[in-house]
Parts: sequence; C-alpha cells; structure tokens
Amino acid sequence: MTNFYAGLIDGVLTGAVYALMAAGLTLIFGVMDIINIAQGVFVVLAAYLNYVLAAHFGLDLFVGILVTMPTLFLLGIAVDWAFIRRLPVRDRTTMSILVTYAVAIIIEGVLTVIFGVNYVQLHGWYVTRSIHLLGFYLPYIYVFGFGMAVVLLGAIYLMLYRTRFGRSVRASLQNRPAARLVGINVDRVATLTFGIGVAVTAAGGMVFGATNSFNPNSGYDLISRLLSIVILGGLGSMAGAMVAAISMLVVEDVVASMWSPLWAEVVFFAALVLVLALRPQGLFGRSFARAQ
Amino acid sequence: MIFNLDFDHGRTALQFVRATGMANQGRIVQGGTGKDMKGHLRRLLAAGAMAGLMGLVLAACGSTSSSTKPILIGASLSLSGDFSADGQAFQRGYELWASYVNSHGGIMGRQVKLDILSDASSPTQVVTNYQKLITLDHVDLVFGPFSTLLTVPASKIVNRYHFAFVEGAGGAPAAFASGLKNIFDVSLPVADYMVPFANWIKSLPASQRPKTAAYPTSNDPFTEPVIEKARQILEAAGVQTVYKQVFPAEVTDYTSIAGDVANTHADIVLLGSVDVPTVSAFIQAFAQQHYNPKALVAAAGPDQGSSFVSAVGASNTGGVMVPSGWSGLYNTASSKAMVARYIAKYGGTAAGVSADVAEGYSVGQVVEQAINATKSLSNAKIIKYLHSGVTLSSVQGAVQFDSKGENGKAAGFIFQWQGSNYSQVLPTNDPSSVKILFPKPNWGS
Repeated sequence: MTNFYAGLIDGVLTGAVYALMAAGLTLIFGVMDIINIAQGVFVVLAAYLNYVLAAHFGLDLFVGILVTMPTLFLLGIAVDWAFIRRLPVRDRTTMSILVTYAVAIIIEGVLTVIFGVNYVQLHGWYVTRSIHLLGFYLPYIYVFGFGMAVVLLGAIYLMLYRTRFGRSVRASLQNRPAARLVGINVDRVATLTFGIGVAVTAAGGMVFGATNSFNPNSGYDLISRLLSIVILGGLGSMAGAMVAAISMLVVEDVVASMWSPLWAEVVFFAALVLVLALRPQGLFGRSFARAQ
Repeated sequence: MIFNLDFDHGRTALQFVRATGMANQGRIVQGGTGKDMKGHLRRLLAAGAMAGLMGLVLAACGSTSSSTKPILIGASLSLSGDFSADGQAFQRGYELWASYVNSHGGIMGRQVKLDILSDASSPTQVVTNYQKLITLDHVDLVFGPFSTLLTVPASKIVNRYHFAFVEGAGGAPAAFASGLKNIFDVSLPVADYMVPFANWIKSLPASQRPKTAAYPTSNDPFTEPVIEKARQILEAAGVQTVYKQVFPAEVTDYTSIAGDVANTHADIVLLGSVDVPTVSAFIQAFAQQHYNPKALVAAAGPDQGSSFVSAVGASNTGGVMVPSGWSGLYNTASSKAMVARYIAKYGGTAAGVSADVAEGYSVGQVVEQAINATKSLSNAKIIKYLHSGVTLSSVQGAVQFDSKGENGKAAGFIFQWQGSNYSQVLPTNDPSSVKILFPKPNWGS
C-alpha cells in the first residue's frame, strides 16, 4: 500500500508540472485554433534560458523565471507576428501544425549550434533535497513546482474570468465573428494570447530542466504527452489541463508502482481512448463546435 | 570508379584501333575486290578482337591499379534525437579515423571520403538511409550506426545488398539473432558488460558481500542482456533480487520508478540505462529519497564524460560505475595517439573522451586492415576475410570475430567516478585498475 500512496503523491506533484507545460498549449488552441507543435521545444528553450541565467549570472532558478517569462512572451508575440497570423483562416489549424513544427526545428537548430547536444540539467539546493512528511519524502522541487502551477494557473483563470481582456479572450474563443462585431480586436487578442501561452511555458520549462537532463532534442519526447493532456482535459480548458495532467501522472505512477512500468502508459492511453469515446470533447471541453 | 575506367578503356581501345591503321583499312575495304574484302574483313575482325582483348586486359589491370578517386564510405548516425550525443561522438570517431588515414596516404593510395546521413535516432530512418547510401550514393562500403536498436534493422537492409556491415555499437544478442553473415561488431559483446562487476561482487568475502540487488532496466535490446547475465551471476552468489522491472524506453518521469527502487533499500543497484537522462533521473530521485546504495552501476550514461557530470552535478558522481571496453586513459600506444589527436582537434581531456569515439575509430581501423589484406573493396572478400579468424588491432584492443560476428577478443572493464576522476577499477588484477570505492560515498558529498 505504501507504493500506492507514493505513486499517488508523485503523480499529483509531477502532474501539476505537466499542467504548467500544457497550459499554454490549451490556451493557444482554445483562442486561436492553433496546434502548437513547438510547445515542447519552447519548454526546452525556457530550460536553456534558465541554464544561462544560472551559469553566467548566478540567478536562482525561480528568480530566473522573472526574466524568462517576459522573454518568452516577446518571443511568442514575434512568432505569432512572423508566422501564425499570416496563415489562411480556412486552413489555419492544419497549417499551424506544419508552421509550428518548422518553428520547432529552427529553435532546435539554433540551440544545437549554441549549446551542442550534450545533456545539461538545472541545479539548485531544492533539486535533490526533500521534506519528510507522513513517512514520505516529498522533493522540494516538485512541491515548489506544484505551488507555482497552482498560482500561475489560478492567475490565468482570474485573468480569463475577472478582467476585461479575459472577456475578450473568451469572446474570441466562443465566437470570433461576433467578437469582431462587438468591437474586439480579435487579432490583437490572439497575439497576446499566443504570447501568454508561450510565457507560461517558461515556468514549466524551468521545473522540467531541474528534474530532467535535457538537450536541444528533448522537446519531442514531451509534445505527445502534452497533446494527450490537452485532448483529455478538453481543448481550451485550463482546469481540464490541470485535471488531465494529474490524472495521467497518477494513473501512470500508480500502475508503475503496483503493477509494472511497462503497463503504465498502456493503461493511461486505454483510459484516454475510453474517455474520448464517451466524451469526445474531453473532460472539460465544450460539446459544441466553435463558430468561425 | 567503374564508369570512369570503362570510359578510359574505351578510349584506349579506340586509340589502339587508330594506331593499327584500322580506320584506313576501312576505307580500303570500301574500294577493294571481294577477295580483298574478305581479307580485310578478317584483318578487321582480328584487329577488333585484339582491341577488345586489350581493353579487357587494361580493365583487369585497372581494377588493381591505383586510382585518384576517393573510397566512398557511407554511414547513418543519430545526429539528432535520443542518441544524438552518442551519434555525434561516433561521427567524431569516424572522421578522426578518416582524417588520420588520409593524412597518411589513404588506403591503397586512395583517399577516404565519408558520406554520413542523420537518422534522428529512428529505426525506420536508418533503413532508408542505408538504402540511399547503397543504391543512390553508390558508396563502396558502409559503417554501422549507433545502438543495437538501429543496428538490427540496418543490418538486414545492408545484408540484402551483400555489403559488409562493420559496426561498433550494436553488440547486443539481438544484432546477431538473425544469423546474418555480414555483421561484425568490433566492441565488447554487450552481454559481458557487467560481468567484471558481478564477478567482483561474487569474489568478496560473505561478510562484505551485498545481500540484495535491484535491477531497473530500460526496454531496449542493449540493456536487458547486460543486466540479465549479471543478475544470474549475482543470484548464484547468493545476492537476492529485490526489484526487477523493465520500464519503457521513452519515460518522461522516472520519479515513481526510482522511488520504488529506493523503497526496496537494495544494497546495490544495477541500472539498465541507455543514456545520461535516465541515470541522472535515478540519481536525483535516489538523493531526494535519501537512498544511498552501496554501489550503483549503470549500463550507459556515466561514460559520457562532461555531459554526465553536467547533468548529475559534480557532487553526485562519486562512486558511480559504468562498464566499458575502453576509456580515454586506456594505456596502449594506438589509443593514446588517437586521444592526443582527438584533444588536438576537439579539446578537452583524455578522461572526457567518450567511448563512442573509440568504437567508431575502431570500425574504421578494422575495415582499413581488411581492405589492405584483401587488396580490394569487394564486400564479399572483406566479409570472407573478417570471418577467417584473423586477429586485427584497434584502439580498443585486439579484434577477432567469431562465427556470429562478435568480437571474442574484447576485454571488459568497469570504470568509476572518483571525485573528478574517471578511473578504471575492475578487473582488480589489471595493472591500470585503481582501488574501487565501495561502498560509494553518499550523494552530494
């Protein structure tokens, strides 16, 4: 039974970190119909930015986020301006897969030129230490990551539901032509949303880099996981991303502990197929197709 | 090469025909009598036959004569993807060998040119690459890719074209299971990797011998044979198995798996890893769980020099072991010379040179010796030669292939991180081995 509880705790803590990485993906799709294949590479890019700040300026990893988030926000806006907004509306979603894949390849290439392919990892006192609670060792990095995920996802939720900009985002999400008719600058909202979606990734990237060795190619292992999370949670749903990420990691960790690590992913994806068969829009997704 | 030679020989034959007056005879034939015509025809046929014969003789001579055209050698390497660090180190090994050979006059007087394609660590792309190298790029020879995972599919396609397939990183039993006669692994057979460690544990007095062992293993054709053979030796020595699980090769979160290993409190851990991130994740989780096994030996990862240190942190490397057939400190003349050339070209230290570099370099050395011995680029002759039981030399030591293509002469060593030093510790009776750190220091010390 100890293994069950250990798997449960690990799943909740690590799931929150995955939710942080997936939040931007679901936000961007929800508002813009863009499937951002580059999300995994943005995570790795954020980890490298933190690595540079720590190695060359001695910045603590969490302090470094104060630099990496605005940097990735600006990068997101630049990517949207350079590539995304030029996509034809009719084939936007399909074309976005190709375009963001190209963006991923470019970023990966630049990172390879600068850093090479050797693995690196982020280090801080909290990376290998843990707190002993009720017979379990809880790693500080995951505890802090969980807290940061709750704070940041909560902030995005408040932004979406308690601000004028959030109303514009939700209006764009629900009915783009109608939003335009009531005077919302849908393109501007989309650009800012893309920037925010990429910026949130900076926080997830830092925790990813502190809990995994990474090199410029590491983003590809992530993207299938992140897409699974946003599909299970419901495209465009922040709460869905959180619940789906935690569910995924809890199922995998408990199955790995109680049964076999080889069955962990199989059981999760079987559950994913089952959920989508019963609820094609995902756990928290809307059942109606969005009007364009 | 063949097209050029044919062209050359065709021109030579034409020149010969002109020199024998064949063209003039042709004109005479046109204005001659019937008898004359028959005579001229006979002479014409004789001259033509002689010209053809001369062409054939020259062609035959040409195949063994020197040519300025480089020997083109193709290889598919994982320059991106999961094995990119290993793949790029292998590329350096191949290039370092080619550069050395070319600076010493090439092979049979011909320079060596490498045609390296990236397979992105994909078992499907590697097949496409070798097909392209052989059928479109028309390479003379091929070298192997990185990892057993890619060597297995690649060897089948290469065998279809009857090419010799000399490789340095496909030593797991799966690579030889198909019974192909064209595959040759110049490195240590994978199943023997951890045997020196297991035998050393077995040799310890009962009071010092660990009682329990854990075997978390990645689902990869390379790792499972490594762990399995060691486990059999240790169990026979009375070391109880308390954890034995295979985990998927593409795990993105090891916390739970490593946590389960930690909960067993096993005395020693034999980790079936394929890369740095796996080892790094386990070490991090062990440190978080305050779990300090007496020994941690990983199948791969700690041999990656600075990449490993950077990932796990210098304070967590102490005592970690890894099996290998070679290290940058290997004390042979050819190995030292290669390391010196490597450092001159890429920088770094001898201890930081990846074993992948030596494995790639050894592939080149073995093929070079086979070409020189057979005086030919014929893949059939090279395959026959390599199967002849001849003993060859490489920077990794002696190479002699058995009937399956495994290197029966390769010796296995265990290396250990001791402070910032990466030292050979096993076998204990080897003069290059230093005293092993056992039990290993605690994490972070």
